[in-house]
Amino acid sequence: MSGYAPKTDLKILTAHLSDPELHTLKGYQRHGGYAALRKGLKQMSPDEIKAEVKAANIRGRGGAGFPAGIKWGFLPKDTDKPIYLVINGDEGEPGTFKDRLIMERNPHEFIEGCLLTCFAIKSNTCYIYIRGELLSSIRRVQQAIDEARAAGLVGKNILGSGFDCEVYVHSGAGAYVCGEETALIESLEGKAGQPRNKPPFPALYGVFGCPTIVNNVETVSYVPWVVNNGGQAYADLGVERNGGLKLFGASGHVKNPGVWELPMGTSMRYLFEECAGGMRGSKPLKGIIPGGSSCPPLLPSELDTPLDFDAMMKAGTMMGTGCIAVFEEGTCTVKLAARIARFYKHESCGQCTPCREGTGWLYRQIERLEAGAHIEGGLDFLDDICNRILGNTICALGDAAAMPIQGFIKKFRDEWEAHIGAGHCPVTVGAAGRAVG
Amino acid sequence: MSFEFTEENLRKVKEIVARYPNTQAALLPVLHLAQEQVQAEGPEGYMSPEVLDHVAQVLDLPPVKVNQVATFYTMYNKAPVGRYHVQVCTNVACHLTGGLQIFEHFKKKLGVGNHGTTDDGLFTLEEVECLAACGTAPALQINDRYDLDNPMRYYEQTADNYDHVGDGQRRTSVEELIKWSDQIIDDLRKKPEGRRS
Repeated sequence: MSGYAPKTDLKILTAHLSDPELHTLKGYQRHGGYAALRKGLKQMSPDEIKAEVKAANIRGRGGAGFPAGIKWGFLPKDTDKPIYLVINGDEGEPGTFKDRLIMERNPHEFIEGCLLTCFAIKSNTCYIYIRGELLSSIRRVQQAIDEARAAGLVGKNILGSGFDCEVYVHSGAGAYVCGEETALIESLEGKAGQPRNKPPFPALYGVFGCPTIVNNVETVSYVPWVVNNGGQAYADLGVERNGGLKLFGASGHVKNPGVWELPMGTSMRYLFEECAGGMRGSKPLKGIIPGGSSCPPLLPSELDTPLDFDAMMKAGTMMGTGCIAVFEEGTCTVKLAARIARFYKHESCGQCTPCREGTGWLYRQIERLEAGAHIEGGLDFLDDICNRILGNTICALGDAAAMPIQGFIKKFRDEWEAHIGAGHCPVTVGAAGRAVG
Repeated sequence: MSFEFTEENLRKVKEIVARYPNTQAALLPVLHLAQEQVQAEGPEGYMSPEVLDHVAQVLDLPPVKVNQVATFYTMYNKAPVGRYHVQVCTNVACHLTGGLQIFEHFKKKLGVGNHGTTDDGLFTLEEVECLAACGTAPALQINDRYDLDNPMRYYEQTADNYDHVGDGQRRTSVEELIKWSDQIIDDLRKKPEGRRS
């Protein structure tokens, strides 16, 4: 066994994926499904479940990494308003494909997690906001809810416990920014998805002006296991401050792309070499975008970075969604960055000037650079545009646009310099003007 | 062209509205429903001003609010689209694995640009953002069909009676995808009467 083997082989959300009926109620119950709901509703109080989730140290799996238990604790103790649970299933961060796996292959564990979370935070209504493009996810989750309702697991007086809980699917309509929790709330209210200023945070003033918890699909999907096995047992699967297991993905130039469930703190090298099988061909590794397109890239020398929120932050990037995109030697990082910049330009909601204008400006300059144009002021100019966006916007979309560009410039400076005034892309086109590689 | 919800869809609107404390929150799902209906009514159907006004009336909302939302979100079609909506992803994972080549191929094959619709009204081509299918990149989706495990199986489901089944391999080369795509397009062209999605 290699030195970087994961701490445990245990699987939770992916343990029974080989069962082709896992997405049905019958299939899920064959593997002990909804036992946690029974236990939670009948043997535990909401506060006890909250305490277990806090002990579990589940950090938000949407990318921000905020501990779920602490977030739940921000809800007001006494309120005469209804409390809402809103699930963020707006998976759209480029390079990310893990929530979709849960929603389509294991939707009942996810629904069970929603129900237990509602019980814990004293909510009777859960809205599951799913990205509009993911129609197959929407269908699967809706089927699971319908089946659960017919079996008395959703609706009034669940399992005779007196607890009522409605779960609704709410489909998005094509706006990446709605993955930001306050934009998602606006969208759920039937408005354009433009983020709100914080504070007030959603826990106090969320959807319909009521206390609201917004959690990622994967985050709540781990709650049933925590209820069954205890928060400490879950935390122990991972490393300090980063509890439990998480879904990790690998895509791009790897031999075997896919999604794997690994303990937090596992080395990125393990994910890359053992799970994804290393590079697809003979070209060596050039770099890795660690957790979605907003994360600054890492070099091959940084492969041993542990996959947890703190270690990735220390390495100057972010764990993000945990889905890595791998690129081989010969890939033009300016071209890759231009594609990323175009995405953020397209997705900027237009509310804050630095983001609305900055993302477009950034994209146009990188696109020109890619073609080998002369950029007045060089890379410092690009860096300057980034700095004028960073931290100057209501939500993190502006930061998400600027951070990867600064990261690419930092890690691949020579290559970016070489583009300036070259008249063509010096990575993929030779000095004689012909494509190489 | 005038538009009114069918009786069945009006019932659905009521169901949707009941999920929320106010009618505005029902706006996105009701717009989706309206789009489903106009597209089922004919290939030239889109979210025309008449459709938006009817939605405003049904939900008792000021038309400006409906218009604001319908124009903010990309999935509401502001112009007629083809029967088959061919979506090719060119974002990060697909950028690395040939998505752009596939997109360029479709442009040539269909003779349209991005967001263009073929003259016969059958196909609309769109370069889309990440479809959360990076594990089987390059990703393409025709209407709403995509299967996580098998990048080929959605073809099989694209139209009724469509019986191509993929080879079940997770990795597909760009060349293979292009070959398959060509076959799909040719077959769909022969079956214009095929039920929408």
